[in-house]
Amino acid sequence: MLAPADMPTLPRDKSVSRSTLCKITGLGLAGVARLLAGASIRWIASQPDTCQRVYFANHTSHLDALLIWASLPRLVREITRPVAAKDYWSRGALRRWLAEEVFNAILIDRTDIKVHQSPVDLMLRQAGETRSLIVFPEGSRSTSGEVGEFKSGLYYLAKKRPEIELIPVHIDNLNRVLPRGEFLPVPLLSCISFGPPLWLERDESKLDFLARARRAVLSLKE
Amino acid sequence: MNDIRTIALVAGVLLLLSVVTGVGQFLKRHPDRGIDAAAVRTFNMRIRGWWVLCTVLAAAFWLGSTATVTLFGFVSFWALREFITLTPTRKGDHRALFWVFFLFTPLHYVLVGLNRYDIYSVFLPVYATLFVLARAAVAGDYKRFLERTAKIQAGLVVCVYCLSFAPALLELRVSRGPEGLSQLSSRDANFRLLFFLILLVQFADCMQYVWSRMLGQRLVAAAVSSNRTWEGLLGSATSTALLAAVLWWAAPPFQPWQAAIVGLVVAVMGFAGGMTMSAIKRDRGVKDYGTLVVGHGGVLDRIDSICFAAPVFYHMTVLVIGS
Repeated sequence: MLAPADMPTLPRDKSVSRSTLCKITGLGLAGVARLLAGASIRWIASQPDTCQRVYFANHTSHLDALLIWASLPRLVREITRPVAAKDYWSRGALRRWLAEEVFNAILIDRTDIKVHQSPVDLMLRQAGETRSLIVFPEGSRSTSGEVGEFKSGLYYLAKKRPEIELIPVHIDNLNRVLPRGEFLPVPLLSCISFGPPLWLERDESKLDFLARARRAVLSLKE
Repeated sequence: MNDIRTIALVAGVLLLLSVVTGVGQFLKRHPDRGIDAAAVRTFNMRIRGWWVLCTVLAAAFWLGSTATVTLFGFVSFWALREFITLTPTRKGDHRALFWVFFLFTPLHYVLVGLNRYDIYSVFLPVYATLFVLARAAVAGDYKRFLERTAKIQAGLVVCVYCLSFAPALLELRVSRGPEGLSQLSSRDANFRLLFFLILLVQFADCMQYVWSRMLGQRLVAAAVSSNRTWEGLLGSATSTALLAAVLWWAAPPFQPWQAAIVGLVVAVMGFAGGMTMSAIKRDRGVKDYGTLVVGHGGVLDRIDSICFAAPVFYHMTVLVIGS
């Protein structure tokens, strides 16, 4: 499934000709993140694949996107782009470089959402026909550790591109590794669980779909 | 490795491991012997664990005492991760935990490596404790204050402080033997001492299981552990004392009768360690630390007995050397 021969031919964009430094940094950070967060990775009734997917996860820590990205096999990782908040990731040259060059992230402006440039359109445009995305439908990190209600972005994503596989991801214990408002991590053990894909059903309402997606994430807790 | 006793000990252990591996494989191939298949699987898994343990220890010994202290340092670090992951802490403990992991634990092992018993014997139990209390207070969260700080302290003492007494054996001045000379750098003798401890602890664990299965009637505490019985404890303490007495020549400062007492105490302490960890696990509703986070081996499950036995073994050795 992950043999190089099966890899989709990538469009010639920035990420293909990424410099060696970016690649090494990416590999190094992925390794450090997995080690530091003691991450164990589970695929439950699901398999890593290079087909186009949207990974949606509960959001507990700044490390979430990095860790999901790091948990994917390298070939999958190279075609997967985290969707991250512009206000956080474009602050400072290092952060911007990491976000744009190393993680190849799509930065979304949370403060300035307009109808004619909706984040969903932007994401889909950036994803093209081959790229997978990592999104956090809660919008922001939860403070309580509970999984909050999902925002409607995931529904519109599914509606506009109904053929894309939506993979639920549950992140456990990472909020204790790096809680909100802290910048030094504590090396506890965390767990990243990937679940089976789901799609938007015909005639499924927005609320039903979002509730089902949220349940899919929660069901991976055990 | 030029000491005849070291060679004898290593050869003996290798022989024993090969024999039990053979038995394990035989039982696996012949499932119709009336022995529970799950028990055979557990047995084989344990044996594999011992091979890994022996290989790692041999490598560390070969590299020297600094490498061994470092190895134990990493084991402590990992065990503490498991311990703190299992016990819920609050956000107010975050900064305290950061220093516990990245300052106190490594520094303690540096002090052990430098053989500064005068400092490391109080460093964690006193200074780290005071720091954790104060840091959590300054963080401004008073909810269940004593409970949270006690958890961190218990983790530090069991996973780091107690375990570090095992590699600390390497820094002891062991002086005994027919030569009657005070050997300052008796590397072999020190490594044999550490190996003796690990061997006794593993043997006691194993005997506890065997005796419990054969004669076990009365559970010590049914709510905490469903396989630790008084008969198992008694049997394991006796067998371990016997083994220690037979192997007295391997452990430098001991006479046979002293070795027997050491074996007895090590078995009882190992039992205490197992019971304690069981109690913590039961409280948190997990069976072993390995299943806590899928895919991790569960270091804490492996070292609970040695954590409890190591400090007592260390101080008994010091006592015997001093007399």
